Amino acid sequence: MQKIIKPCGLHCIKVKHLGVSLGQQIILEDINLHIHCGSLNAVIGRNGAGKSTLIRAILGEMEHTGTIEFKDRENGKIQKLKIGYVPQALNIEKQTPVSVYDMIAAYHSNAPVFLRKSRKISEKIQECLKIFEADYLLDQQVCNLSGGELQRVLLSMAILDSPNLLLLDEPVSGIDQNGMELFYQTIYRLKENYDLAVILISHDLEYVRRYADQVILLDKTVLRQGSVKEVFQSQEFAEVFQAERSKIKK
Amino acid sequence: MKMFSWLQYDFMKYAFLAVLIITPLFGLMGTMIVNRKMAFFSDALGHSALTGIAVGVVFGVKNTNLSMVIFAVVFALLLNQISSRVAASTDTVISVFSSFSIALGLAILSKGGNFSRYSSILVGDILSITPQEILYLALIFLITLVFWLFGFNKLLAVSLNRTLAKSRHISAAWMENLFAVLTALIVMVSIKWVGILIINALLILPAASARNISETMREYHFFSILFSVFSGVLGLVVSYHVNVAAGPAIVILASVIYFVTYVWGRKHNL
Repeated sequence: MQKIIKPCGLHCIKVKHLGVSLGQQIILEDINLHIHCGSLNAVIGRNGAGKSTLIRAILGEMEHTGTIEFKDRENGKIQKLKIGYVPQALNIEKQTPVSVYDMIAAYHSNAPVFLRKSRKISEKIQECLKIFEADYLLDQQVCNLSGGELQRVLLSMAILDSPNLLLLDEPVSGIDQNGMELFYQTIYRLKENYDLAVILISHDLEYVRRYADQVILLDKTVLRQGSVKEVFQSQEFAEVFQAERSKIKK
Repeated sequence: MKMFSWLQYDFMKYAFLAVLIITPLFGLMGTMIVNRKMAFFSDALGHSALTGIAVGVVFGVKNTNLSMVIFAVVFALLLNQISSRVAASTDTVISVFSSFSIALGLAILSKGGNFSRYSSILVGDILSITPQEILYLALIFLITLVFWLFGFNKLLAVSLNRTLAKSRHISAAWMENLFAVLTALIVMVSIKWVGILIINALLILPAASARNISETMREYHFFSILFSVFSGVLGLVVSYHVNVAAGPAIVILASVIYFVTYVWGRKHNL
């Protein structure tokens, strides 16, 4: 885990002409994004606009056209981009004998988790869990965690490796209003204190309004991007969220 | 030492050795098969053994073991591919292919009323194992151990969330295919000794029992292997004294362990 450092604002991630198609069907086309470290970028759009596909394309899970570059703004040197990802949910059933240690070690180390528990890795994980006040969960079964606890564990796991970019799917189930507020505050704290950029898929425009630095309105391609004010007052936004608009104004 | 009198026979010695290799192997593999909900997949693989033999017979292959192993590996990879592409649910896809393959195998092998020649593979006979065949088992055990040491973390990562695994540069397709091939190899190498009808029980029961009472991966593996070896050795001894087939005796013991752990786990809220 990296030490707490102020974002330098000198790194940026450039997505150029990104496109994804499945057979004949075009899911995303000509996506251009410019993301600075230390910024929280919210991706919004109607259902089926390709929000999750965008994340999977950036991760390389789906084949895509176009390029994703990670640049030092000062000398233009291209570096390797490290991405931390927080999924919406895990594929885990009740009674699965996987502890929080097992899960995080499985993703982040080569020490076989079915053998002895490694003290070194254990301490490293513990340190990250502490950031989100989740260190007491280390030996609990993952399937028994509450929605909020799981979210904190997944966040700890995502930043364990000091990523430059954090990709998040906003949690939709198992988290109450309080938990949501806490979730957004945590993300906000992360991007303020660590040298990383955040791309967050969000379904809740109210939280986006309060916390996001940049908003990306997506529907197959980027309809509009800019500050919250710019996007929320745009024609495109009105068209996409016609039904929901009245709610926001209140 | 009357208790160990059964060890004076060579066939019992060999069977004992084979059990000591097969059971920890099955205990190990079972953990992941149960976790990934692949019980039906491994069952279908077992059934495909018949088809593999039949294919060998049709093509005039002398060593039907070879055609059996090759067919099972191809079958496993095919099932993996198809279930990841077809929209229908995985168990439907597996069921379709498994039924087709077993029907094909039975049809070919029963041509001319000769099926009884092959019926031994249904029940299996661990007492007829030879030293060379034990060597094969040991080899596959070694391969599995190496895979487990280097691949288990990645396999677990993939089974929890594929996209998350991808973000850690772990290839889901590779791990899944490797695991499927390994399962196919293990099932095929041991099917003659265990039998098609009960091989899946040996794969699933110890891990399922361990799951009843485990909270971490370490406990899960420890108990799964322990239950597997325990029911294997005890089953063999019991089968000698009571004069029943070894395979069923082992499975009955493993089932009893399952019920006991289920009740125990319930009581202790695990």
